[in-house]
Amino acid sequence: MGDPMRIRAQVKDGTTDVRVLMGHPMETGQRKDAAGKTVPAHYINDVKVMVGDRTVLTAKWGPAVSQNPFLQFRFKGAKAGDKVSVTWADNKGDKRSDEAVIV
Amino acid sequence: MTTPRTSRRNVLKQGSALAALVACGLLTARQAQAFADASAFELKTMDEALKALGGTPADSKDITITSPDIAENGAVVPVAVTSNLPKTQEIYIVVEKNPNPLTAGFTIPEGTDPFVSTRVKMGQSTNVYAVVKADGKLYSTHKETKVTLGGCGG
Repeated sequence: MGDPMRIRAQVKDGTTDVRVLMGHPMETGQRKDAAGKTVPAHYINDVKVMVGDRTVLTAKWGPAVSQNPFLQFRFKGAKAGDKVSVTWADNKGDKRSDEAVIV
Repeated sequence: MTTPRTSRRNVLKQGSALAALVACGLLTARQAQAFADASAFELKTMDEALKALGGTPADSKDITITSPDIAENGAVVPVAVTSNLPKTQEIYIVVEKNPNPLTAGFTIPEGTDPFVSTRVKMGQSTNVYAVVKADGKLYSTHKETKVTLGGCGG
């Protein structure tokens, strides 16, 4: 669902810095729309980042992570040309996976 | 008096499912502990959230939170956490006065820097806590962020 994630992964001196921008409404379930109806909660609750077979980060989120979530983190042991893959799942069962090459 | 989500039956059901996975070698015991945190995101007070994470953290000067002193837009508040504690395993962001204080949790495997940066919603001016699990123990630090326009949609 949604637009592809924007992932930038750069390696320098052995440390890879990754910045991800995910597209997701991250509704808390507390907002009311123009008609006064409560918009149901709809948010990414699970994130996993892999480089090949190696898990470099996992995350569990609540609805208070901002809309179109931004995430930045760093790890060692990868090189330019390796692929970083980011997968998210949300509370409605939707999933999305995108990958980027480390430069 | 029981609270619906943490009734004994639910906790036992979740626990035995995890125990089965641990027994099958599909989850290490340590990972099972971390996964048990998923329902903690629905807890409504900071005390309950901390209890779900494993207890009261010890204050630590080895954790740094970077967040604005004043956030103009409570819907998008940048928060970064760096832990200098050895054997950092997990990093959590807890926003004290939010309706559900536990906001995000990250597991930091071997080889990953103990650093995360993200953006969170804050409903009102409050303390932002970074809770770190390092070597099986909990530590935290906090920083107050003032919010001029609350971000929970109210």
